Amino acid sequence: MKILVAAKRVVDYNVNIRVLSDNTGVDLNNVKMSVNPFDEIAIEEAVRLKEAGIAEEVVVVSVGASNCQEQIRTALALGADRGVLVETDEEMQPLAIAKVLKAVVEKEQPQLIILGKQAIDGDNSQTGQMLAALCGFSQATFASEIEVKEGSAVVTREVDGGLETITVKLPAVVTTDLRLNEPRYASLPNIMKAKKKPIDTYSPDELEVDVTPRVKTLKVVPPSEREAGIVVETVEELVDKLKNEAKVI
Amino acid sequence: MSILVVAEHDNTSIKAPTLVAVAAAQAIGGDIELLVAGKECGDAVKAATQIEGVSKVLSADDEAYNHSTAENIAGLVVELGENYSHILSPTTTSGKNFMPRVAALLDVQQISDISGVITEDTFERPIYAGNAIATVQSSDATKVLTVRGTAFDAVSDQGGDAEIEVLTAKHDTGLTVWNNEEIVKQDRPELTAASVIISGGRGMQNGENFTLLEGVADKLGAAVGASRAAVDAGFVPNDMQVGQTGKIVAPDLYIAVGISGAIQHLAGMKDSKVIVAINKDEDAPIFQVADFGLVDDLFKAVPAMDEML
Repeated sequence: MKILVAAKRVVDYNVNIRVLSDNTGVDLNNVKMSVNPFDEIAIEEAVRLKEAGIAEEVVVVSVGASNCQEQIRTALALGADRGVLVETDEEMQPLAIAKVLKAVVEKEQPQLIILGKQAIDGDNSQTGQMLAALCGFSQATFASEIEVKEGSAVVTREVDGGLETITVKLPAVVTTDLRLNEPRYASLPNIMKAKKKPIDTYSPDELEVDVTPRVKTLKVVPPSEREAGIVVETVEELVDKLKNEAKVI
Repeated sequence: MSILVVAEHDNTSIKAPTLVAVAAAQAIGGDIELLVAGKECGDAVKAATQIEGVSKVLSADDEAYNHSTAENIAGLVVELGENYSHILSPTTTSGKNFMPRVAALLDVQQISDISGVITEDTFERPIYAGNAIATVQSSDATKVLTVRGTAFDAVSDQGGDAEIEVLTAKHDTGLTVWNNEEIVKQDRPELTAASVIISGGRGMQNGENFTLLEGVADKLGAAVGASRAAVDAGFVPNDMQVGQTGKIVAPDLYIAVGISGAIQHLAGMKDSKVIVAINKDEDAPIFQVADFGLVDDLFKAVPAMDEML
């Protein structure tokens, strides 16, 4: 079968972000960018399914500006076979991304689509579910285990009280949780090889998708700062302060 | 203007995050109706009629809605959707699962995890792991929103007098079969509802050591949480994880034990009223948000604290 994975270019998870002083957004100039960590897990899972002989081909897709090529190359170095870039300078929101991905799904006809459960910049957690809805596919979100069988997949999901297991009919959309796997590092030879792997480029217009944003960001501000606290010397002092000063116990 | 809130329940009672979503609906303003979909959920429907501020409870009792299968619940909500200006659910794993499906089928850009209501079409929400707050305005006809469980004061689950409307619509896509679940049983308060939380991180060293925290938790009536490091190391189950990708909490008192305070953990707890950090590394970032910090070995400090309480 063919597996489609999506990779989003986001600010690296270790970066302390800075809100722009004009409150229009977050400063992305000269900031380290990476593949969204949940998408790395999606790529790793797809590559493992290929190594297990279950998948024949892994296609990685990214939607955004031309520099998203870097993240596609990363995925290719990790073991994906080829890339698709849907290039646009428009601000892409989850519904628009899902519509673009649906067009890619129609072209590629994958049996399994694996996405991260959320991107760490927008924190929306919507795209996978929206893609499944638009395609009329089943969905298995927040997956911590995937077992692909003939025509279906058994997926263990992380839910609020613990875990639940469901069987979804293929084709299906699965979104990854952190505990699905431990992504590998790309080796230098694989990074070199990835440069030769093909990347097809489309525009949303070519795919006939309207990507006009529906939600307008009016302003972005830093969260209110917490006042600096105090360091206590002993456990006695701590308990005393909690009882008599903060009055929380 | 009518607002539909999709309730989360366990067939007998309505879960607390739903009461927060109703509070957000009140902040928007309008007639509030509550959808209770499930199988044999009559008691939950009855409980829902008591919730303050709810005018009508829609009851959909069918095998198709058992275990809140996203495909089926979404079909039901979409059918009802056109009658409402806003559709809300709490930002729980269940709400996060089916609401984007609803939004896509209605051709609407959902706004996730709102933390504030400015007007009926403008909302606040945290982005970048809570390190920025965005004010966003929706141009969609129907607003599909999930509500951050710690951002609004829950309405009372008593004193309401809503009428019940029984729905007969049945949406069964047959796309997904529910197999089983492993729910972690505990006698402690639920993490997202607890007023005191004590959490352990990598510094706990192993799962057995979490019993140290339980002693303190028992005395304070606290829930026990964990950082991602503690979950990934297998010390405790994942449903205890507090953070950007785990649960978002805002108790009166949050005690972080052996937790360094990575961005992703802070995202889940920095709205707590009082934060206490116990860590032997005085440079740990957790001390920058802690109201009270104690630089000490947790294996000495926690038992000492247990004794004093």
